[in-house]
Amino acid sequence: MQKVIVGNHAVSWGVKLARTEVIPAYPITPQTQIVEELSEMCASGELPARFIKVESEHSAMASAVGASAAGARAFTATSSQGLALMHEMLHWAAAARHPIVMADVNRALGPGWNIWTDQTDSLSQRDTGWLQLYCENNQEVLDTTIIAFRLAEALDLPVMLVLDAFYLSHTSEPVDIPDQALVDSFLPKREAHYKLDINEPHAFNALVKPDDYMEMRWHMHDAQRRALELYPQIESEWLALTGRYYGMIEPYRTDDAETVLITTGTVTSTARYVIDERRSRGEKVGLVKIKMFRPFPVEAMRAALKGIPRIAVIDRNISPGNGGIFAQELRSALYGSDSDAAPQFNGYIVGLGGRNVTPDTINGIIDHVQSGETVDRPDIWVGVKA
Amino acid sequence: MSSTPLFRNATEPVWCDGCGDFHVLDGLCAALEGMGREPRNVALVSGIGCSSRLPGYMESHGFNSIHGRALPIASGLKLARPELTVIVTAGDGDIFSIGATHLVHTVRRNPAITLFVMDNGVYGLTKGQQSPTTPPGTQMRTAAQPVGDASVDPLSLMLSLGCGFVAQAYAADQPAMQQLMQQAIEYPGFSFVNILSPCPVFRGGMGIYKELRRSISRIDDSGHDPADLAAAHALLASAEAPLAGILFRRDLP
Ligand SMILES: Cc1ncc(C[n+]2csc(CCOP(=O)(O)OP(=O)(O)O)c2C)c(N)n1
Ligand code: SF4
Ligand SMILES: [Mg+2]
Repeated sequence: MQKVIVGNHAVSWGVKLARTEVIPAYPITPQTQIVEELSEMCASGELPARFIKVESEHSAMASAVGASAAGARAFTATSSQGLALMHEMLHWAAAARHPIVMADVNRALGPGWNIWTDQTDSLSQRDTGWLQLYCENNQEVLDTTIIAFRLAEALDLPVMLVLDAFYLSHTSEPVDIPDQALVDSFLPKREAHYKLDINEPHAFNALVKPDDYMEMRWHMHDAQRRALELYPQIESEWLALTGRYYGMIEPYRTDDAETVLITTGTVTSTARYVIDERRSRGEKVGLVKIKMFRPFPVEAMRAALKGIPRIAVIDRNISPGNGGIFAQELRSALYGSDSDAAPQFNGYIVGLGGRNVTPDTINGIIDHVQSGETVDRPDIWVGVKA
Repeated sequence: MSSTPLFRNATEPVWCDGCGDFHVLDGLCAALEGMGREPRNVALVSGIGCSSRLPGYMESHGFNSIHGRALPIASGLKLARPELTVIVTAGDGDIFSIGATHLVHTVRRNPAITLFVMDNGVYGLTKGQQSPTTPPGTQMRTAAQPVGDASVDPLSLMLSLGCGFVAQAYAADQPAMQQLMQQAIEYPGFSFVNILSPCPVFRGGMGIYKELRRSISRIDDSGHDPADLAAAHALLASAEAPLAGILFRRDLP
């Protein structure tokens, strides 16, 4: 079935098709439509899930943890300040190995108050143990929501899917809604590996001494890394069922490319347009879209960028005092991988707090990196007023 | 809308036409000027919500802070600058939902801070979800079914917490609200006024003003002694309409 829906509702549809059982929610712009649509689906009986309106995002994640501990499939959605408030529970959900799925609509953090898109909210949760998957369009949002549950439950780790505020959350696009039977065959009911069971009582999360704590973290880290093999397998199954495949990363027109942009989210679509235009003029340019940020696909990025002389990373986020977060991750991933031919590597900061990233912005970046101008800073801020 | 030059700045509020928060803004400006306060000696701290925009429209020091955290921020401010008149203006969602734990402990510490909750019984800024003060059975535009959860009664909550000054005002009754505001600000400890400030857009339309004006019962008219805590509880328990006035006031040494 084809439907024209906003990105937020694409998430809701994915959550419904995944037969999610428990949904705790607290409103925050621009996420609220996700949970409002879900609450309607619950009220109408279309989605027989339990919906609870909690008093904060911290409680939303805490309730999801409780539901997951009882073996249920749990989902919530948030944004910006709400995600920041959840921080403690994010660590908890991951280390207690709860396969919760959450949508984060990328929105700038305050102050100043700003509701527009910016990736710093989700990226600053990078060390919590959550897998993170970034989406470029509404179809990808829906598909990723369903895939996220499969991945989470296979690894006993929570997964965050991420979409840009307004450019996706509130923009309508045609989306293919798969049949329930198809989704059921791909994503069976959750079989929790550990859960509260009245027939076999367990106590969860007791004190762990130095003798064992490190092993707990090793297992968590190891499960994250297993996602690098598992994710493509799961997506291949999705491909067989739907004809759609995204990949942890997606190289676009990188064959013979001499300049490659690294993009995420909706900036990717704008960059594809720019790349096509410049290719039609015979320029050797391409891009690599990063979908999976955690775990970071180090080997896949090394392979995709092997031999590329110029790399320009576009970051709509900032780690103050260092630079763009994707640039940091990629720079360290590439370090030493091709020591004979270290590429020119520039990181560009764009679009913070929802400032528009246009084809002109991206053309300017390509012109800059191609000029070979060396910069003594790891981050180049695009369009900052004096 | 009359504006008070001393405390009102030139910024045009972004509130919807008919929002009760206009009345709160006018009333607070008039109350402070009437008390002879000066903008530079007043600090307003809010959280986030439609109501929490209020400090931005006043000449005094203003903080549009984080959702739910106005009370601890105000507490720190008051500690650092005890000579300032510190007033928290925030929404019912902000204070009774995400920030509710701070109420308990702010009341216990009893700083000389005044809390004005602009209670519209809804999350206005996020476009109309139920708040902790939305009565059960209310049909919100954002939900398929009427509110099922029990609501918080701000007055009985604050009485139970042991707050020394507990009152309620109706935003559109300027003289009574301004007088209550002044009494609360003058109170030497932590004082609380729940201000019924309608959101006609998401709760009840413009008719809500008429309904409130008709139904409100003035505590003064009942012969209630605000020093009597047991009587305050009893009055609340027997009230069939929203109360306005000082419900409880404990004199501090
Ligand atoms: C941590 C966090 N969660 C959620 C939000 C979104 N949010 C902003 S205001 C608000 C509620 C507003 O309701 P209320 O406090 O009653 O103020 P009103 O708008 O009704 O005046 C919410 C949920 C936020 N800003 N921060
Ligand atoms: S939505 Fe309601 S509370 Fe917010 S400004 Fe409009 S009327 Fe006031
Ligand atoms: Mg409110």
